[in-house]
Amino acid sequence: MTTTVLRRVNYLNVKYGVASWLLTKDHKRIGILYLIVVAIAFLLGGIFAAAVRIELTTPQGDFVSADTYNALFTMHGVAMVFFVLIPAVPAILGNFAMPLMIGAKDVAFPKINLLSWYVFVIGFVFTLAAMVLGGVDTGWTFYTPYSSVYSSSHVLLTGIGVFIAGFSSILTGLNFAVTIHRMRAPGMTWFRLPLFVWALYATALVQILGTPVIAITILMLAVERGLGFGIFDPRLGGDPVLFQHLFWFYSHPAVYIMILPPMGVISEVIACFSRKSVFGYSFVAFSSLAIAVFGFLVWAHHLFVAGISPYSAMIFSFLSFAVAIPSAVKTFNWTATLYRGAIWWRAPILWVFGFLGLFLIGGLTGLFLASLGLDVHLHDTYFVVAHFHYIMVGGAIMGFFAGLHYWWPKMTGKMFSNSMATLAALLVFVGFNLTFFPQFILGYLGMPRRYHVYSPEFQVLNVLSSAGASILGVGYTLVACYLLHSLWKGEAAGANPWRATGLEWKTESPPIPENFAETPIVNEGAYEYSKREVKVA
Amino acid sequence: MSGHISPKTTYYAIFGSLMVLTATTVTAAFINLGSLNFPVALGIAILKATLVILFFMHLKYSSRLTKLICGTAFFFLVILFGLTLSDYLSRGWAAAPGGTAGAGTQVTVGPPAETAEEPAGEPQAAPEP
Repeated sequence: MTTTVLRRVNYLNVKYGVASWLLTKDHKRIGILYLIVVAIAFLLGGIFAAAVRIELTTPQGDFVSADTYNALFTMHGVAMVFFVLIPAVPAILGNFAMPLMIGAKDVAFPKINLLSWYVFVIGFVFTLAAMVLGGVDTGWTFYTPYSSVYSSSHVLLTGIGVFIAGFSSILTGLNFAVTIHRMRAPGMTWFRLPLFVWALYATALVQILGTPVIAITILMLAVERGLGFGIFDPRLGGDPVLFQHLFWFYSHPAVYIMILPPMGVISEVIACFSRKSVFGYSFVAFSSLAIAVFGFLVWAHHLFVAGISPYSAMIFSFLSFAVAIPSAVKTFNWTATLYRGAIWWRAPILWVFGFLGLFLIGGLTGLFLASLGLDVHLHDTYFVVAHFHYIMVGGAIMGFFAGLHYWWPKMTGKMFSNSMATLAALLVFVGFNLTFFPQFILGYLGMPRRYHVYSPEFQVLNVLSSAGASILGVGYTLVACYLLHSLWKGEAAGANPWRATGLEWKTESPPIPENFAETPIVNEGAYEYSKREVKVA
Repeated sequence: MSGHISPKTTYYAIFGSLMVLTATTVTAAFINLGSLNFPVALGIAILKATLVILFFMHLKYSSRLTKLICGTAFFFLVILFGLTLSDYLSRGWAAAPGGTAGAGTQVTVGPPAETAEEPAGEPQAAPEP
């Protein structure tokens, strides 16, 4: 008598070879493909940031020249904004988890999903080529007429890269919106959807409606730079402030493309690790939509000192204050969810706690900058740099890491070391605050951003900031190490290591290629933790 | 997708209308209508786009959800134009200098008027450092 050992087929081992990955239409594999490219971009952006921080340890410009410094902070911004922050949560975690969470076999348009990855890679290659050839020095904002007329760096090549990558974002948004409308499992009504899915839906709206505007703006920049048409250059009859209007019409909502999906992650992880239903589910769901819509009405707060009409500035200032309301609704509701919850101290919730604290500081300092008077003092200083890093790194990246730790066992079928992950979360939290909190003070004291030389009295705070950046770097490297280590040595995770609700935990880890053996039927809300055993391992 | 099949005559009629409207645009470009030049050209273009969207892109026969989504796109276009114009159209209102108004009051759209005493020097760099 012989025994046959049946190999459990999952999406990772169903086929092997490079071609099986490059031609895959499986949303889970496409999520992993995105993870690889985004990780490369994150590493590159991190190296540029490190060079910037090394230069700023001394007040003199002794490490790199002024021009190189300009290129370094620009390429840091371009790599991090367009190739890390925008795709990180929707394209990696959203692609992997969203179809599972709504009980679908895949996204609505699997081929378009793969196309979006290729488009993203092509955009990244163009940008990479620009970086290799000497970079671009305009700042990631590409402000005209410097970018369209005077800069001798690779503005066009970078612009083409960003232009192309934008279409990837549009395609992902389109795919997700249709998937969420049409592919939900029987019984998965809108108000049973996990809040991560609501957040992705709100993000999809911003991606679809906002991204075409940056595409056309970059095209106009290219037309002015390449063909000499006067659009933004005053000498040719153009208006430089028009560029800023068009640029920020996309790029401010783009902040919400970066922060809304991590906010969705936070809702999932908080509910799971406090073993409670999210407080005020519908308020949290609708606050995502409110942020998506209000996010389109605030862009000119970037232009308060650019010479716009003071009457218009008043409207934008008011609207910028208004967008804080739905963000505050979320923060209060998360706190209320934690209240009297049975908090389970595992790595994902630590990243969430980091998010809550840092996002709070980032959000509240945003109100400083939305105030017309104070913004005159703080504009273009390190205060702004600190503010948006608290939102983008403290908020979006912490949220991304919370989600990556939460779904890692589902993605790979392996558990990572909880003690290492705890240490990494602490290192990143401490390193982050040491890096960016001094920058609030520097900015308030008047240190302008984007200069490689500064007054000697700012040195102590700058050295603190650079020291923090190295701790931050160690923290991120540690994450990469123990996650990769878990692939070889990690314990098997089992289908539901966190004992979470949600359909993605009802299938195996890693999931089978078609996600579910049978189409799931949903008959309860997303966070029915109260009905389940509260005590966990 | 929607199963509606329009008769060929509809497509020919719309194609004919688009051609006539194109001819109108070209003709209008040769006639100086003064301040109406721009609104007329834009009006014809909007009419043509509407025909394409309604008939060639089948919006007329699509579900209400599709219409809603199309409407949303135009709503956001109105936000883009409306709030941007809220800046341009109100810049001249501020008479008092000072604050953020100082720079905003002097708006010149178009090439600067040539003045004898001010030779064209080095153009000012972008305000962005």
